[in-house]
Amino acid sequence: MKLAMQLAYKNLMGAGLRTWLNVGVLALSFIIIIFFRGFLEGWYNQALEESIAWEYAEGHLVNEEYDPYDPFSIQDGHGELSENEMKNLTPILIRQAAIYPEGRMLSVLLKGIDVDQSHIVLPTKNLKTNSEMIPAMIGKNMADATNLKEGDQVLLRWRDKGGTFDAGKIKIVKVFTTNVGTVDGGQIWIPIKKLWEMTGLENHATLFVANENYTPTDISGWQFKTQDDLLKDFYELMEMERISTFFMYMLLLSIALLAIFDTQVLSVFRRQKEIGTYVALGMTRAEVVALFTVEGTMYSLFAMIVGSIVGFPIFYYLANNGIVFPDFYQDMGVVFPKRIFLVFDFKVVSTTILLVVVAAAIVSFLPARKISKMNPVLALKGKLQ
Amino acid sequence: MKNGSIISIKNVTKRFPVGEGEFTALKNINLEFQRGEFAGLVGPSGSGKTTLLNIIGSLDSPTEGDALVLGKNISKLSHKESALLRNKHIGFIFQVYNLLPVYTVYENVEFALLLQNIPKAQRQKMVMEALEWVGLASMADKKPDKLSGGEGQRVAIARAMVKKPEIVIADEPSANLDAANTHAILKTMRELNENLGTTFLFSTHDEKVMGYLDRIVHLRDGAVEEDEIIKSKTQS
Repeated sequence: MKLAMQLAYKNLMGAGLRTWLNVGVLALSFIIIIFFRGFLEGWYNQALEESIAWEYAEGHLVNEEYDPYDPFSIQDGHGELSENEMKNLTPILIRQAAIYPEGRMLSVLLKGIDVDQSHIVLPTKNLKTNSEMIPAMIGKNMADATNLKEGDQVLLRWRDKGGTFDAGKIKIVKVFTTNVGTVDGGQIWIPIKKLWEMTGLENHATLFVANENYTPTDISGWQFKTQDDLLKDFYELMEMERISTFFMYMLLLSIALLAIFDTQVLSVFRRQKEIGTYVALGMTRAEVVALFTVEGTMYSLFAMIVGSIVGFPIFYYLANNGIVFPDFYQDMGVVFPKRIFLVFDFKVVSTTILLVVVAAAIVSFLPARKISKMNPVLALKGKLQ
Repeated sequence: MKNGSIISIKNVTKRFPVGEGEFTALKNINLEFQRGEFAGLVGPSGSGKTTLLNIIGSLDSPTEGDALVLGKNISKLSHKESALLRNKHIGFIFQVYNLLPVYTVYENVEFALLLQNIPKAQRQKMVMEALEWVGLASMADKKPDKLSGGEGQRVAIARAMVKKPEIVIADEPSANLDAANTHAILKTMRELNENLGTTFLFSTHDEKVMGYLDRIVHLRDGAVEEDEIIKSKTQS
């Protein structure tokens, strides 16, 4: 094998431009595949971290009548817990409401949260105020959509527990920036105590956010959803993304491998005299097959080196500085950070390299097999077989 | 110089399939070559010279009969055994040199030694010695495309001789060379034959080559027409 590697190296170096074209195409595939895998991993990690930090924490204890996908369930999907049951939980009460920015009506989810909570990173401390007006906090996307900014006041209309409409002014005390659209778009956060007062739903919550010390117990009327349960949709989305990008990798790889396959097929035909000479000089046909296979596989090894030289500075930059995306990406309905830091772990890089090297070895071996059936006498004469 | 039979061809017939039928390239050939001979197979195109050389070189095997080379029956050798025989004991010189184009002169000559796993220092010594024999030591770093025809064939001779094989098979070695180069390479081969005791077997229809041979086997239509001893080793 060492000899085959030595000879293959010399042959590839001697082949000049033909080698470097194949290596270039394959290196480009390496870079694109690793880039996309790094991008996907980066997005996945960041979205996961941010979803947990901003919304899910260690899980949600959700009122059984509340279904986040059914707005009608908001009206009755709430309840109370005993003080003991509420240990390590922070309540969130969700109500439907409407605001009237610049005279137009906008339906919103009004969310009451404990201003002293620390289970999620929402800057709820900003809601602590002595103002008589209802202090409210909105995300940047919501602020952009409503043209509201910190200090602005806007009319809010809500219904109390009996269904009676009430209205009052809220004051935007904080506009926070987050990549988690589900705590931002169409939502207004106010102190839960204020919401209890406004609705008469004293001590009620739609859901409770658990911290790491919470131990789930069976509570009638409530269902505990673990972090994984809450992230199920996200996992499914990422799985779909992985599958669709896998097909893209395959397409890219196929193009690169086709170039190697083509070169190998041509080599076996064009280099028949050389093959005959190898046999005449004492190589077995199996050794010549091995030589041609190693030659083809070596394209992928060269591509790995070229890809590393070209790709490493790019990947290093993107891993440290990230890629900035325009604002409209945040409206995609999933957590899409404005800046994604690519993640290149050992698994991503090593599996990509392994995949390409093995695939290159296979496409190199297939045409090289023909050599084992060649007649060395005809090969020496360069006659097509 | 050691004496004794090195190649023994007994009742060898070789047929090739041609379309629906067969072409008989060799018909019941019987020949014996002694160690250290400088012999040639002579005859017109299609007389079976190259076919016989290919069988002796274990690149091909007879349809009938036995070809014994260094005591080994070519028909009974596995791919691996015949590769080993070629690698260690037989050197080839081809009409169009068949130098490996991406290798330098040095690497072309070194190739056979690489297959034998000879240590680098020893390889270097052997390659340079072989290049000295053919007068090309100063061109070791050149690629084959920078060589003239005569130089290319001399590299091929060095490549065939570097492993000091018992037998060298030269198939029309002068076909692409002018008279001066033909004489030059024949002189070189003759010297190696005399100094190292290597058996040289040529196929040729070049009279300049014939002038150097000790023995000429005339072939016609796949059969031995005449086996002519020009001069015996003891006379020369």
